[in-house]
Amino acid sequence: MLFHSILFYVFAAIMFGAALGVVFSRNPVHAVMFLVLTFFNAAVLWLMAEAEFLAIVLVLVYVGAVMVLFLFVVMMLDVDVEAAQRGLTRFAPLGIGIALLMVVELVQVIWLRSQISQTSSGFVATPEGYSNTKALGAVLYTEHVYAFEIAAVILLLAIVAAITLTMRRRPGLKVQDISAQVAVRAKDRVRIVKMDAEKKS
Amino acid sequence: MIGLQHYLVVSAMLFVLSLAGIVVNRRNLILLLMCIELMLLAVNFNFIAFSRYLGDETGQVFVFFILTVAAAEAAIGLAILVVLFRNRRSIAVQELNTLKG
Amino acid sequence: MYTYYLTIVLAPLAAAVVAGLFGYKIGRAGAHWVTIVGVGVSCLLSMLVLYNMFWGGAPAENISVYTWAVTDGLRMEVGFLVDRLTALMMCVVTFVSLMVHIYTIGYMHEDPGYQRFFSYISLFTFSMLMLVMSNNFLQLFFGWEAVGLVSYLLIGFWFKRESAIFANLKAFLVNRVGDFGFILGISGVVMFTGSLDYATVFAGAEGIAAQNIEVFSGTPWNAMTLVCILLFIGAMGKSAQAPLHVWLPDSMEGPTPISALIHAATMVTAGIFMVARMSPLFELSTTALAVVIVIGAVTAFFMGMLGIVQNDIKRVIAYSTLSQLGYMTVALGASAYSAAIFHLMTHAFFKALLFLAAGSVIIAMHHEQDIRKMGGVRKYMPITYWTALVGSLALIGFPGSSGFFSKDLLIEAVKESHWHGQGAVYWIAYLSVLLGVFVTALYSFRLFFLVFHGEERMDAETKSHLHETPLVVTVPLILLAIPSAVIGWFTAGPVLFENYFGASIYVDSAHDVLTHIGETVWHGSLGLFTHAVLTPVFWLAAAGAFTAWYLYLKRPDIPETIKRRVSGLYNLLDRKYYFDDLYIKGFAAGGRSLGQFLWQKGDQLVIDGMMVNGTARSVGRLAGVMRHIQTGYLYTYAFAMIIGLTILLGWLIWFR
Repeated sequence: MLFHSILFYVFAAIMFGAALGVVFSRNPVHAVMFLVLTFFNAAVLWLMAEAEFLAIVLVLVYVGAVMVLFLFVVMMLDVDVEAAQRGLTRFAPLGIGIALLMVVELVQVIWLRSQISQTSSGFVATPEGYSNTKALGAVLYTEHVYAFEIAAVILLLAIVAAITLTMRRRPGLKVQDISAQVAVRAKDRVRIVKMDAEKKS
Repeated sequence: MIGLQHYLVVSAMLFVLSLAGIVVNRRNLILLLMCIELMLLAVNFNFIAFSRYLGDETGQVFVFFILTVAAAEAAIGLAILVVLFRNRRSIAVQELNTLKG
Repeated sequence: MYTYYLTIVLAPLAAAVVAGLFGYKIGRAGAHWVTIVGVGVSCLLSMLVLYNMFWGGAPAENISVYTWAVTDGLRMEVGFLVDRLTALMMCVVTFVSLMVHIYTIGYMHEDPGYQRFFSYISLFTFSMLMLVMSNNFLQLFFGWEAVGLVSYLLIGFWFKRESAIFANLKAFLVNRVGDFGFILGISGVVMFTGSLDYATVFAGAEGIAAQNIEVFSGTPWNAMTLVCILLFIGAMGKSAQAPLHVWLPDSMEGPTPISALIHAATMVTAGIFMVARMSPLFELSTTALAVVIVIGAVTAFFMGMLGIVQNDIKRVIAYSTLSQLGYMTVALGASAYSAAIFHLMTHAFFKALLFLAAGSVIIAMHHEQDIRKMGGVRKYMPITYWTALVGSLALIGFPGSSGFFSKDLLIEAVKESHWHGQGAVYWIAYLSVLLGVFVTALYSFRLFFLVFHGEERMDAETKSHLHETPLVVTVPLILLAIPSAVIGWFTAGPVLFENYFGASIYVDSAHDVLTHIGETVWHGSLGLFTHAVLTPVFWLAAAGAFTAWYLYLKRPDIPETIKRRVSGLYNLLDRKYYFDDLYIKGFAAGGRSLGQFLWQKGDQLVIDGMMVNGTARSVGRLAGVMRHIQTGYLYTYAFAMIIGLTILLGWLIWFR
């Protein structure tokens, strides 16, 4: 139990530090890296909460796909790092103050004034042979199948939207027009001309 | 003994930090999007914690869907960002003030 | 009889309408003939009514002609109440009006507004008849207002004159003040009896007197006292009692015929008539009667004093009218209503006569009105001279004239009115009327001597044209001089002591001074005449006349010395006790500056500036400040949301 707690606090601390790094780092690439670290740590914490499926999914999908996407965009945009570094805002103290206030309030709600007593705040013990993935699957494809399908559609939507937004045709770009290629007729390309042989045999 | 409150506190702190990030940030629009991802992560924490506490799988299913939607949203957000960059040659937040009253 | 009454009232109205609307078509002659016929018919029929009523013994008639409206139980009708009081008033009004109509043919001969004038004086006759013949308060008020209106029109007849316009507005406004009290009085009557009809109100008079009303909470007043005082305020305005007297001298701006008709004989007597008509009400409130008598006494004496220092011929007679109206009011206050009405009648004759005589002199002097520029006119205008003499003698109460009978008996009645108590009220009243006799004699003979006797002070040009005025002017003078001289002999007894008025005037037995006089002092007209030399009144009048002769004929230098010696008193009289200054600079200017203040500060500054424009400007200013919240930056908006959320959360956690 103690080990469990120590692990928890360590990973939570690292995660929090990484989150701070995201917000306050100068270089956007660094920021993305820090975000990746945050997600990893979050995954570990989820593992500790026995939600292993989602932990793995977080790493695979989120870190693997979304963060990489972020990195792509950061690299692509060729942002002027120096120019973007100019001064922290004058809202910073006020913003941080409000943030601290909010933390206090949330902690008040969650911990200090809540009905949950210290002893019974533990998680429900899982039975032997409990597989998180199996349990999730059992629920996902039966009760929530409708939402599942819609989630798929949303992903499709995302693809279509992203392409629609960013696609542009550059002038003078040589691209293959597949449909034109396929629609070609042989007789437009090749003309068989009957000719006599030039040399006397 | 790690209990529900711990997870909830972690989630709260993460959320507040990302809020601060949104407010404090003036340099980079990408940073904004990243802070939004952090916020969603915080919310996911909440869901996972309550799901385990109550023994109900529904929370985790919800997280599943949040992840999906977050991915989609990140994609579209970045696409918009790219288009914006093409038009304005800058992604500094302080230059996006045409709605100024 | 019903048709008679309608004709009496409507004939002058029809004539007025014809002369007014079709004046140009029918020409000058047409205008004056149609109005004279109209008023003449009224006069004849009025005398017929009087004859019927007095010698024929016909009873009083109370007829409702037309119900105008009935609202919430209150009946508003047009009707006639013709009893002996009414009949007497009708005769006086129509006779004097007819004389004035005939006189005007001569007086207004060259005036461009000839037809308009005749229309107006006929309209006046109609209004006054409606007033005296009415049987309910509403019609009384209608007549009241109508005579006020026509008076306004006539005073400002020469509307291109600045002074005339000032005068007519002054008359109307001062009358308005009186009318305000009058309306409140009528409202009081309606409030307590629920009816506007005389008969109903008089029947319920005891009921009113039994109640108290708290106008200011905590101080109950007797309802009848309050109602009577309010009604009397109306009479004060109309009959020019102090302090609402200021309009009458200024009303001399109008042509002389109307000074005779309206401001001597008829309109100003409307107040006196009204109080007499309301005798059942006034008798139930000794306080109201005390107020009436004191105001009348003050007016009688102090206005008479002002007559001594005037230099305009018409102004002297105007102040004389004010003083005589004061006498009538005193008689009303002493519960000697019959004496007041009797004096009203005789006064109508001799005052109208005096005004018309003055007009005659003015015509002859080519519209010169300053008596300092007259003198010795008697040689040139004998008829005017003799009629004016008759009028003046009647005014001072020379034994045998009609004025003698009415004034003497009036003063006698006041002397007997001990029911007012032996205190201030009684002595103020009695001394004022007594000393007023001296003053009256002084100013009337001052006027007489300065105009008709003494050295001739007019310029040669005027003197060469000075001759007697035409017949249309002198015949009315003669026709008015006759009743001024003789009517007292025949009518004093019947009117005052043989219960002529019967039920139309009610006198409480405790106040009944006239009956008391009738039993003790009165021994017939001849008796009064022969005993004249024994009364203080006779000697006071004689003293006044003698003083006038001495100061203005024998030793004309003395008045100048007196004026210098008592210059303070002279200034007080010359400035008419500063009433005009008070009203013009105090009330009028005060009202105007209040209006100015409310306009600039209240309206422009507060309402327009602060409330209307101010709210718009503050909205603009607020918007200008609030605009800065829309920075255009996304993070600002997010921040605002967060702040809101924090506050909400904080409130939920810590304050709930």
